[in-house]
Amino acid sequence: MVDVQFRFRDDEAVNDPAVTVDAFSEQSNATAVRIEPGEDARALLPYLDRLALVEVNFPAWTDGRGYSAARILREAGYTGEVRGVGDLVIDMLHHMRRCGFDAFAPDKALNPTDAKNAFERWDNVYQATVVDGRQAIWAKRHPA
Amino acid sequence: MYKYDEYDQQMVDTRVAEFRDQVRRRVAGDLTEDQFKPLRLQNGLYLQLHAYMLRVAVPYGTLNGTQMHLLGDIADKYDRGYGHFTTRQNIQYNWIKLEETPDILAELAKVEMHAIQTSGNCIRNISSDQFAGAAADEIVDPRPYAELLRQWSSFHPEFLVLPRKFKIAVIASEKDRAAMRLHDIGIKMVKNDAGEIGAQFYAGGGMGRTPMIAPLIREFVPLDQLITYSEACLRVYNRYGRRDNKYKARIKILVHELGRDEYVRQVEEEFAHLQTLAIEPPLAELERIKAHFVDPAFETGLSDDLDLTDPDFRLWVERNTTAHKQPGYIIATVSLKPVGGIPGDASADQIRLMAKLGTQYSFDELRVTHAQNIVFPHVKKADLYTVWKALDEAGLGTANLDTVGDIIACPGLDYCSLANARSIPVAQKISERFGSAQKQAEIGELKLKISGCINACGHHHAGHIGILGVDKKGLENYQLLFGGSEGADTSLAKIIGPGFTEDGVVDAIEKATEVYLANKQGEERFLDTYRRIGMDPFKEAIYG
Ligand code: SF4
Repeated sequence: MVDVQFRFRDDEAVNDPAVTVDAFSEQSNATAVRIEPGEDARALLPYLDRLALVEVNFPAWTDGRGYSAARILREAGYTGEVRGVGDLVIDMLHHMRRCGFDAFAPDKALNPTDAKNAFERWDNVYQATVVDGRQAIWAKRHPA
Repeated sequence: MYKYDEYDQQMVDTRVAEFRDQVRRRVAGDLTEDQFKPLRLQNGLYLQLHAYMLRVAVPYGTLNGTQMHLLGDIADKYDRGYGHFTTRQNIQYNWIKLEETPDILAELAKVEMHAIQTSGNCIRNISSDQFAGAAADEIVDPRPYAELLRQWSSFHPEFLVLPRKFKIAVIASEKDRAAMRLHDIGIKMVKNDAGEIGAQFYAGGGMGRTPMIAPLIREFVPLDQLITYSEACLRVYNRYGRRDNKYKARIKILVHELGRDEYVRQVEEEFAHLQTLAIEPPLAELERIKAHFVDPAFETGLSDDLDLTDPDFRLWVERNTTAHKQPGYIIATVSLKPVGGIPGDASADQIRLMAKLGTQYSFDELRVTHAQNIVFPHVKKADLYTVWKALDEAGLGTANLDTVGDIIACPGLDYCSLANARSIPVAQKISERFGSAQKQAEIGELKLKISGCINACGHHHAGHIGILGVDKKGLENYQLLFGGSEGADTSLAKIIGPGFTEDGVVDAIEKATEVYLANKQGEERFLDTYRRIGMDPFKEAIYG
């Protein structure tokens, strides 16, 4: 298993092996699942309360489906770990956080200094994704 | 026009820092070219045949004099003294050094400009009507909506790596000057029966190898749901657009394969879900943006008279100006298509001159058009002769707007690594063949568009006459297409027959114009005559 290099959670890391979406729907005791790019994150929505970890796999970071998958899970109220795995790049880390990822297990370890800069680079954001808890620029312009 | 506040400024400054860091990692070898490529593309930096090309965004084609002036200075300092205005209302520099790009971006940021998302598989710079805010026929100024969408689409974390590039156009008049239905999403601002302004959405249009006209997907999106609805359109595309074949990855293929109705159903479902989240900016934000686009301080009671005694001036006024909504003012278009020139190119001095004239005579506003020309949107009629004189002295007084000389051409094989054939020399030859003002006036409106390969960056499908460069057994060959249009009557051009050599295609076009002139009835344009009499008479004259 690839190591989690960055994690933004205080709870105990889940170490159960993540099963495939197919296997998960048949295995009622599994608590960790892995989504591949072509799979529908919404298929997991009925089982969110027994899930502790969802791994979203990126065979290539340029396949952007995983960013939607993470956000959909968060929008549905899932609070467990969402871990990006696979081909992760420094320059997407901030955007992944904004889609709801809170753990990162890249195939090849990333330069920690560059990664830290990337996570902290953007003080403000134009959109409300809701799932990252950040206030959009438009909300700051028009405080309620 | 829109002015950055501290947030907007901070966003572009941060982007400059991020890109500087990416270049540093590339030069240090921490990033391979393969890893760097998608990142630099998101900043408009391409690797062409001979050098890097940098594409700078001109959001919805609107610029002020200071910005335009800097574009001229950049051409001098970092390029070979030229800039190239593009069919996406942007500007490109063709001779850029990688190490210098962070500095160019830093200079741009100082005048509220950037190169964010001008290429790559993301939401691109949003285009609009070049006459926005000045046209007599618009319902509202479309640019505030384009600006709202610009901010939403900049660094949208979910949509940075879509299946393919994504282009949005926003218009607000019946006469479509932005080829709205040939975009991934086309938005037309409309008024409903209750008199409220809202957005009509079209999706799945595009040129490229499989040209398609976008079908209507929603009659009316209220202004306080604009972002939420756009987000739904994008999410369905991001999740289900094809990623197995880059030639089938545009949203037009998804809409086509699912069928318009099924795509609409999925979007509506996603839309209903997203409306339960609070992702829509308040209407107050739209109002804030709109306040930047109020009319300039037009003088009232001005005369509409123009002294047309100078025949060259008269010709230019007839060809290159358009009615303004305010009495006493006029919209003037500067043609960047001099006889024998490279379509869309301007020298650094020409760019700075246009900047100066725009500041002095057009309330500090200029526009870039998708036909690769420059517009002064608000010129007082009393100043028009002075403006034209200054332009003419600088080689910018060509009177050929929308005529056969006003050619749209992609960079083609002179620059582009994907090209099959050269576009620029063909454009130059045609422009020379039809160089006489008299001939151009006789032929009237004829939109001619040239692409150097099937990717169709020169919009050949939408030309009244389109030219497509192909590779025929290692030789450059040109196919000819007739009958396209990008106006409110959008249609796709059809190939007329076997291809031609470079000179052959120029001859064929000349024959086609002869057929038109011989058959023309009344005020018919080339396109109208072609639609009425069909392709056969043309084929006979050309191949017969
Ligand atoms: S149409 Fe082809 S040749 Fe022309 S710019 Fe586009 S990709 Fe290059």
